[in-house]
Amino acid sequence: MRTTRTARTTRTAAFLATTCALTALALTGCSGSGGKGAEEKPARGESGGQAAGTPRMKVAMITHSGEGDTFWDIVQNGAKAAAAKDNVEFLYSAHKEGREQAQLIEAAIDQKVHGIVVTLAKPEAVGAAVRKAVAAGIPVVTVNSGGRYSQGLGALAHIGQDETVAGEGVGEELNTRGRRKALCVIHEQGNVSLEERCAGVKKAFEGVVENLGVEGTNMPATTSSIEAKLQTAKDIVVVVTLGAPFADATVKAKSGSGSTAEVVTFDLNAAVVKSLKSKEIGFAVDQQPYLQGYLAVDGLWLNRTNGNVLGGGRPVLTGPAVVTAQDVPALEKYTARGTR
Amino acid sequence: MTATAPAPRTPVPQGGPDERLVHTSPLRKLMGRPELGSVVGAVAVFLFFSIAADSFLRASSFGTVLYAASTIGIMAVPVALLMIGGEFDLSAGVMVTSSALISSMFSYQMTANVWVGVLVSLLVTLLLGVFNGFVLTRTKLPSFIITLGTFLMLTGLNLGLTKLISGTVSTKSIGDMEGFESAKAVFASQLTLGPVSLKITILWWFVLIALATWILLRTRAGNWIFAVGGEKDAARATGVPVNKTRIGLYMGVAFAAWVSGQHLLFSYDVVQSGEGVGNELTYIIAAVIGGCLITGGYGSAVGSAVGAFIFGMTSKGIVYAEWNPDWFKFFLGAMLLLATLLNAWVRKRAEARS
Repeated sequence: MRTTRTARTTRTAAFLATTCALTALALTGCSGSGGKGAEEKPARGESGGQAAGTPRMKVAMITHSGEGDTFWDIVQNGAKAAAAKDNVEFLYSAHKEGREQAQLIEAAIDQKVHGIVVTLAKPEAVGAAVRKAVAAGIPVVTVNSGGRYSQGLGALAHIGQDETVAGEGVGEELNTRGRRKALCVIHEQGNVSLEERCAGVKKAFEGVVENLGVEGTNMPATTSSIEAKLQTAKDIVVVVTLGAPFADATVKAKSGSGSTAEVVTFDLNAAVVKSLKSKEIGFAVDQQPYLQGYLAVDGLWLNRTNGNVLGGGRPVLTGPAVVTAQDVPALEKYTARGTR
Repeated sequence: MTATAPAPRTPVPQGGPDERLVHTSPLRKLMGRPELGSVVGAVAVFLFFSIAADSFLRASSFGTVLYAASTIGIMAVPVALLMIGGEFDLSAGVMVTSSALISSMFSYQMTANVWVGVLVSLLVTLLLGVFNGFVLTRTKLPSFIITLGTFLMLTGLNLGLTKLISGTVSTKSIGDMEGFESAKAVFASQLTLGPVSLKITILWWFVLIALATWILLRTRAGNWIFAVGGEKDAARATGVPVNKTRIGLYMGVAFAAWVSGQHLLFSYDVVQSGEGVGNELTYIIAAVIGGCLITGGYGSAVGSAVGAFIFGMTSKGIVYAEWNPDWFKFFLGAMLLLATLLNAWVRKRAEARS
């Protein structure tokens, strides 16, 4: 018994010593470049100032987002900024399965919120719940995809991007750049809005478009699949990715396969802006997710306090906005703080 | 120790030599290896894609397939060891992401040399492994339940803490920080040999296979692992440190998760916090294709490597063959099923013959 006790004490001591050593190392082993030390303090435009004097209201946003998606994070940031300005209590929930999303909408109705923001990626699954909310007298604004279902379900307005139009935007941009053969990388197979984007590219593009399905939750697998495709089809001169993180993976895959294809992408993040700057990515199509969140909450607030309705019964488009290396200086700041 | 000391020699029964001393031919020995079936499966998959896909046989393609296999294989090796020891780890997939996130955020937030973050991450990830093992040995609950809990908790922590600390769901870039280049050389560099570019993960993978094989076949700890997976109580009765062995196995998984996590971080310099979910099954599948029994007590590290290689060949071979991407998952599933069936059939044949 005694021996084990001593052994344990020794081991604890060893563990503590390691921890101390590491802490000491952390304190001394500083990086002279990058990191938090080099970070610019962001101007907190949205949190400063006084909130509106209107009565407190509660708005729930329910999306089809998967976990840890940068895009939806920016949407939320926009919504929160508007909520802070408008004296709104903002509630967010999400589930990538339509059935679950519908249940979350029902829960928001039970909570007696004053407004609901919802995405219509799976209109068949969430339609009934949206109708129920409208019937209960809760104004609903739809955002992101599913614009054509919005009015039929009784929503006030739709704020988002028409995926086919956005895809066509990319196709046209590629035409002006004189490209011949493109690869469209779908990172979530069976997702309607992603398929629509590729279909849009195909529709407007004068060259050939091939689709490639990859496993979006596994970056190394995504990279090696794109690499394999580029090795096989050497005539591909442009790769279109449908989400920002996958553009970076494609840049890696390109160097692995020795391909010289241009990379273009939907959506932005800090890494994409960096690659735009270094010309590793040709251009990006931004659908301005911040606007979708901000305008949805602001629209509900204006509707309650001033009776306004946005869009006149038609979808309000927040994209596509084509972004190139020229836009980088301003963008760098915005993407770093998660608003663009 | 008592577990491995040679059993007291019983007198040879009269009328014939001790059957333990009968010489077995090398071929017979080979036929009895757990990975044999999977090797046959791998050859079949290789031949299939050599015919079906023109660009599959190019040297540069080989580098890509090996890379795909290595990213699965690095994790499949310790997962196979764990399965031989009779346990599962469902948290292995997200633990990779956790490890990358810890490393990245520690370096960034402390403005420290990235190597400090890498070491802190090693320590914390190993502690996660110890946690899995410790809870398992203390509660005696099935490892399936415990690691399912860890899996869910880590998924939440990855997301919650990243959002709390970085403000967004992905980490900030550490590409311009001190030590990044040297760490990248260790975890994510690329070696070009003529037309073939080989990623360093392949080296890590081979080293882990060699190490695991040595442990399994040549050390006392290897005997313990087989004993624990075969019959736990009997193993304990003969003096095998069952609890220590199992905690050690979970630490092995954690160590590999650290290696994979650092690869993830240093190849892309930012980490998406939602990644890694679902990969744990891939590792288990690779181990099972490679001949590990789900019930424990049987399997090999080399087998898991062959399993990972089959997985890598199939997933990239489908791309090389330029099949319709809508059917990708179906082909993947069908190929894996066929490879496993072939594996089982070959093993049955081998057992019947010996």
